[in-house]
Amino acid sequence: MTDDLPLTHEDIAEIAAILDSSGYRELDLSTRRFRLRLAKGDGAEGGLTQEWQWAGAGAEVAAEVTAAAADPQAICSPLPGTFYHAPQPGAPPFVQVGDEVGPETVIGIVETMKLMNPVHAGRSGTIAHVLVPDGTLVAKGEALLRLS
Amino acid sequence: MIRKLFIANRGEIALRVIRTARAMGIETVLGASAADAASLPAQLADQVEIVGPGPSSQSYLSVENVVAAAIRAGCDAVHPGYGFLSENATFARAVEAAGIRFVGPDIATLEGMGDKLAARALAVEAGLPVLPGGEAATRADVHTRAAQTGYPLLLKAVSGGGGKGMRRVDRAEDLDTALDMAQAEAQAAFGNAAVYVERFVAMGRHVEVQLLGDGTSAIHLGTRDCSIQRRFQKLVEEAPAPAMPLAAREGIEQAAVRLAQHLGYRGAGTAEFLVDATDFSFYFLELNARIQVEHPVTEAITGVDLVEQQLLVAMGKPLSLTQAMIRPTGHAIEVRINAEDASADFRPTPGRATRAAWPAGEGVRVDTHIGQNGEVPPFYDSLMGKLIVHAPTREEAVDRLSKALESLHIEGLPTTAPLHRRIVADPRFIAGGVDTGFLAGLAQ
Repeated sequence: MTDDLPLTHEDIAEIAAILDSSGYRELDLSTRRFRLRLAKGDGAEGGLTQEWQWAGAGAEVAAEVTAAAADPQAICSPLPGTFYHAPQPGAPPFVQVGDEVGPETVIGIVETMKLMNPVHAGRSGTIAHVLVPDGTLVAKGEALLRLS
Repeated sequence: MIRKLFIANRGEIALRVIRTARAMGIETVLGASAADAASLPAQLADQVEIVGPGPSSQSYLSVENVVAAAIRAGCDAVHPGYGFLSENATFARAVEAAGIRFVGPDIATLEGMGDKLAARALAVEAGLPVLPGGEAATRADVHTRAAQTGYPLLLKAVSGGGGKGMRRVDRAEDLDTALDMAQAEAQAAFGNAAVYVERFVAMGRHVEVQLLGDGTSAIHLGTRDCSIQRRFQKLVEEAPAPAMPLAAREGIEQAAVRLAQHLGYRGAGTAEFLVDATDFSFYFLELNARIQVEHPVTEAITGVDLVEQQLLVAMGKPLSLTQAMIRPTGHAIEVRINAEDASADFRPTPGRATRAAWPAGEGVRVDTHIGQNGEVPPFYDSLMGKLIVHAPTREEAVDRLSKALESLHIEGLPTTAPLHRRIVADPRFIAGGVDTGFLAGLAQ
């Protein structure tokens, strides 16, 4: 909610040129809304960099998720995303309580960034509990199912 | 006039639109999902309206929610960005029915370009070359078409996109099996099993032309080469298309303008062509009726703000630019920094950037919504930012890109930056004019 955006890419290029031709190594600018750090590289290779920190941006917004306890019987999500029990809405689930699974058995899918990623059981066993409801946002490493 | 603009998008493009709108004195309202409520564009817009929860099907893709939010906020125009609802004719119609301007082409154009076969037919009407092939309703038709086009050929879904329902067929004896698979995939992905046949160009380059039109006249802003792709998605784009004779480039540009004039095109659009890397013959592929991700390379060489042009045309103003006023200078290259692990088949890697040091300096532009502790939610595509370099020659631009990539440091999640460092060091890329097979042949 600002009156104007702080700096355009042309502005940054100009400030970078000033810094580059000066004896200073870095410029660190803090306002109520943002902090900008422009710095020369450390070695001979690295060039100028810009680092932005925004007041209020990047606050924790992800759903509250509990990371998996060290449960050896749990099958965990390999990546964050939305966990689905079935290949499509209305279709029967991949697995149900009581099903025997092997390492290659697909137990569900996690949709991440528009890609469907199959989740494999990873080991053999019998499904004891389905821990996460269909269509739930899960964290990486969150327990999805338990084997008995 | 547009006084209050609703931005129906997120990420870097939302920020990009806010920037130009602000410079034009237009108030901005961001339609954000709950997951993006604390994002950088949400911080910088004048107002935020929540359009639904995280998953895009319930927020950014919900015509009902987005239109309701634009009405609620009292906006007089909607900028759809790219992706999501940007080329959705139903959405454009709903926006206009609410008495709000849609920043994009006419609904008839959106409808004509949404169906790949219809788009192909319009291009043929405008006198553009298309790949040999065409519609094939029955199995017998597919065989007849295949016999005409020859092998290798591609089977493509009529309502396709993103490579789904697409199959390369090298020999006549494989045609039936490939057809079954392509139809099944097309049915599952788009609810329409119809496929068509097209000749496959082995050494193809993807070259596109930026267009601007006001419904009466149309101009082009030169070419972009986007041949470096993975899963039919672009990773590197440059302007103008390198290592191509001037006459070939001009031929493509003229063809694109003919199509825009034939359609009475309004706004910014991009005509995509497949160019044979061996003899520069070219074929129309499709017209994207929206702003493109890679638009900054065109802005770099022409000095034209494409979002400003979109907004001016949407206000009903005639184009103030003429073809003679477009004088591209130098060479520009863009690389997409995605939250993806290129070493694990481009697996998406959502998360938080614990450090985001982007390059800066002369001829360097960074369009990003990711600062320190910036969040890449798992719901959307993986683009974190675009690094664009501009220099007087391509050689200098490649050098500038190489140095800029050295100083880019993103920590906390894997990105495509290491892949881009390998691309920029590859002799074929340095020479310029690579074909779409480039990435497969990249040294590990």
